[in-house]
Amino acid sequence: MNFDPKSQSLILGERLDATEVSLSWKLLGQVSKSCRVDASKLRVADGAGLAFLWSLSRQRGAEITGLRPEIAALLKPFDDMPAEPGDAPERDQSLFGQIGRMSWGLLKDIREQISFIGEFTATALLCLARPRLVRWGDMWVIAQKAGVDALVVAGMVSFLTGMIMAFQAAVPLKQFGVDIFVVNLVALALLREMGPIMTAVVLAGRSGSAFAAEIGTMTVNEEISALETMGLDPMRFLVVPRVLAGFIVTPVLTIYASVLGVAGGFLVMMAQGFPFAALWIQLVSAVGVSDVMTGMIKSFVFGILVAGVGCLRGLQTGNGATAVGESTTRAVVSGIFLIVLVDAVFAGIFYVLKW
Amino acid sequence: MVTGSNIIEVRGLTAAYGDFVLLDKISFDVRRGEVFVIIGGSGCGKSTLMKHLIGLLPPAAGEILIDGQNISTATGAEKEALIKKFGVMYQSGALFGSLTLEENVMLAMEEFTDLPADARQLVARMKLSLVGLERFAAHFPAEVSGGMQKRAAIARAMALDPAVLFLDEPSAGLDPVTSAGLDALILSLNHNLGVTFVIVSHELASIYAVADRVIMLDSTKKGILAEGSPADLRDHDSDPGVHAFFHREAREVPA
Repeated sequence: MNFDPKSQSLILGERLDATEVSLSWKLLGQVSKSCRVDASKLRVADGAGLAFLWSLSRQRGAEITGLRPEIAALLKPFDDMPAEPGDAPERDQSLFGQIGRMSWGLLKDIREQISFIGEFTATALLCLARPRLVRWGDMWVIAQKAGVDALVVAGMVSFLTGMIMAFQAAVPLKQFGVDIFVVNLVALALLREMGPIMTAVVLAGRSGSAFAAEIGTMTVNEEISALETMGLDPMRFLVVPRVLAGFIVTPVLTIYASVLGVAGGFLVMMAQGFPFAALWIQLVSAVGVSDVMTGMIKSFVFGILVAGVGCLRGLQTGNGATAVGESTTRAVVSGIFLIVLVDAVFAGIFYVLKW
Repeated sequence: MVTGSNIIEVRGLTAAYGDFVLLDKISFDVRRGEVFVIIGGSGCGKSTLMKHLIGLLPPAAGEILIDGQNISTATGAEKEALIKKFGVMYQSGALFGSLTLEENVMLAMEEFTDLPADARQLVARMKLSLVGLERFAAHFPAEVSGGMQKRAAIARAMALDPAVLFLDEPSAGLDPVTSAGLDALILSLNHNLGVTFVIVSHELASIYAVADRVIMLDSTKKGILAEGSPADLRDHDSDPGVHAFFHREAREVPA
């Protein structure tokens, strides 16, 4: 390609392909209306070449001469294309627009959560009255996936947390000569707070997200619509078994995790020379039934919350692959947020009850 | 626009999933510039054959040559050059939902060419204008109809000016009018740009409208039952399977 900006003459070479066009695209800025383009040597033009030619004649108003008929024919379909792109569909990107949309989305979400809780309660009561309505087979499979398969990760996390807490507490307590109280600290913290919370967080990450992704993909594939039009309630078919599984599995996992956590603490203490019997006596004297019960009550609620919010996010899924990803994220985030929120409420209640 | 040379050559291709052989040693050619249609009943291996042709599945035996190069053994730069020679439209369109139609078309150009952004955008607009969607360049796939999504998918497949376009069931799920529009588009791209088409279809009306040559696959024969122009197969083929397909005769549903 040979361009002389002064005399406004442009002589095209033999090939006008993507490589050539990417080198000479910026020349277009210097082309004026009076430019004469000699295309007599041009033999090959690909999509990018055609775009270059089209831009020369339609956007710059240059005159192209000597164009071979076969290339002119390739340009013909674009005769009617407007020189400038059409208006993009209106999307309000202003600050106010975004704040408005976000607020509206938040309100809508709260409304959906409330109606979800209502619908779920109604269905759950119905299932309570007629247990045959529950899909028990699905429930056990889900319980296995959410529970048994989580044993290793929940156990490891808790065991290591118990060890870490014991290590951290041993040093300052030793300064006061009361390092046996490490047992009280580890056991109470694990049974009342850490055990239930960590188990619920593991559940939110493993199963809440899985529920959201599974139900979300079903929503995208219109499987939820199919259930509804067959007269089968997705709430009863999909949500109840999952929430029930969460309800059953979480407390069991919590006990298991708490026990392992205390074992971790014991291991550290025994490594520092305490006999097992002394630790055991300390443990029994420190931990009361109310401590175990607080942990249990919480874990039942956490199980319902994590499984429920996972299902809700799945059902709220919009269109396409991105939407499934968003639902999964939202399931985990909402799950963890709810766990902490409800735990704070419980802390207040148990404080007042002096448990 | 059929010229003499072959653009795709299939030699003794065997398609199998594990021990289950779907197609047994089939051979055929696709000539440069023709509209080549693969037909056959459900489960006869049409879509599998297509996956072999575009290199998504390695053949169990035999070879597939595109422009003289074996697609299943090509690696690295060779494979990249080969892939740029063809575009694929998947049955559902498979547009990227998070990108606008224009961005869908520009994606491959971004990766494979050095064109500046405004040049890419203009090329994308031109491709979309070829399929009549220039006004919808800034729309997201979810904001346009199913037929438009398929046309946009064709525009995306053409982004790098491929010599061959593979279309998987272009008329599936479209109304007859939209489907006829798509047929007209195929013919115009074939005539005006000389693009070779390989189409998997079982829409009779569409086959008569666009096909230069048809092969019919069969699941019992595990191979090609018939080959020829659609009119030939309709009027002159003696095979009862081919006859039934082209005359829309119901066959007994196996129990």
